[in-house]
Amino acid sequence: MAGDTQQTGTEYIQHHLTNLTYGQHPENGWSFAHNAQEAAEMGFMAVNVDSLGWSFGLGVIFLLLFRWAANRATTGVPSGWQNFVEMMVEFVDGVVKDSFHGRNPWIAPMALTIFVWVFLMNLMDLVPVDVIPWLMLQAGVHFQKIVPSTDPNITLGMALAVFGMIIYYSIKVKGVGGFLGELTLQPFSAKNPVVQAVFIPINLALELVGLLAKPFSLGLRLFGNMYAGEMIFILIAMMYSAGWVLGTFGGALQLGWAIFHILIITLQAFIFMVLTVVYLSMAHEDH
Amino acid sequence: MNINLTLFGQLVSFLFFVWFCKKFVWTAIINAMEERQKKIADGLDAADRASRDLELAQEKATERLKEAKQEAASILEQANKRANQIVGEAKEQARAEGDRLKAAAQAEIEQDVNRAKEELRKRVAVLALAGAEKILQANIDESANRALVDKLAAEL
Repeated sequence: MAGDTQQTGTEYIQHHLTNLTYGQHPENGWSFAHNAQEAAEMGFMAVNVDSLGWSFGLGVIFLLLFRWAANRATTGVPSGWQNFVEMMVEFVDGVVKDSFHGRNPWIAPMALTIFVWVFLMNLMDLVPVDVIPWLMLQAGVHFQKIVPSTDPNITLGMALAVFGMIIYYSIKVKGVGGFLGELTLQPFSAKNPVVQAVFIPINLALELVGLLAKPFSLGLRLFGNMYAGEMIFILIAMMYSAGWVLGTFGGALQLGWAIFHILIITLQAFIFMVLTVVYLSMAHEDH
Repeated sequence: MNINLTLFGQLVSFLFFVWFCKKFVWTAIINAMEERQKKIADGLDAADRASRDLELAQEKATERLKEAKQEAASILEQANKRANQIVGEAKEQARAEGDRLKAAAQAEIEQDVNRAKEELRKRVAVLALAGAEKILQANIDESANRALVDKLAAEL
């Protein structure tokens, strides 16, 4: 358990679900939040240092490792790490070629970044929930959430970037008129101009919902899956304080859930990548 | 669980990572892989070509060998023919020479015989004349009898 034996179950869970937040508190000014309530009071002008730090760090690790392989990439016989990197590149390239039919050199590297980065962020879920928060507590840091993808800021941030690219490429490929036409002239259309004019607001409402649903479903799907998985790890970890019988049972449960989770984290990273590619492919298609 | 600036931090880092990945990772790896693919394809092509060349060369070599054998056989045949010819010619020459020698010898023998006969005839004539002189005891006129004796010698 996280150090303090006097904690109740609820406190334990809440402690694990609170980010280390640095922001502008109405009373304390720019400072670290001391509890969840203070973090909430900071409102928008705050940064979840742990989420962003782990996320950025994992991204840097990913790029350094892959850059290392790219530096040594030759036409000779590949081996070891380079083999693995080439396998990943080929896999992502295959997925992109299957579902993206336009010509855009940015899609494939973006898909690779998403897949590996999201996978690494999800992978932090397999680190036992108490290890790093406890280490951080020894260092005097009270809150630490190490799985960035259980923070909606992180997943929605990526989804918003994807959304921005959808809008950008829609306008770039189809022009402003084409994009607006796509939003207003379908699914309902009529030859009679008056009837068409009536259809326009209905179409706009339908298409806007569809368009806006893309980033939210993308971000919240990843967040929901990871958050639920993390929650189960936390609940299992609570059994360790309930005697050796329940503790042993909890250990077995954690092992089982972790093994099952390997599938989930990979799958969620893959889904995020594929949906991004599909959304951008739709943005490139001209009707 | 609050939505805050983290959102934009993540958004910006995402865009930066995508840029970095495209610029420094993806392009290098994809290029190397494509180049390697081409190299392997070229290598396989070259191997195909080489095996085809080898087959051709083997065929050519076999043909050459056959030609050489034929040539050797024909040379051998010619040589044999020539040898036979030479032997035949030599035999012919030898026989002709032998014949010639034999004829010469016979001619010489004949000549010798004739010469001997002539000598003998002369001697017989002298002998006959001497004998007749002795018989007659008188020296007869040699010139008167010469024709008679010659006639006698020619009859011998």
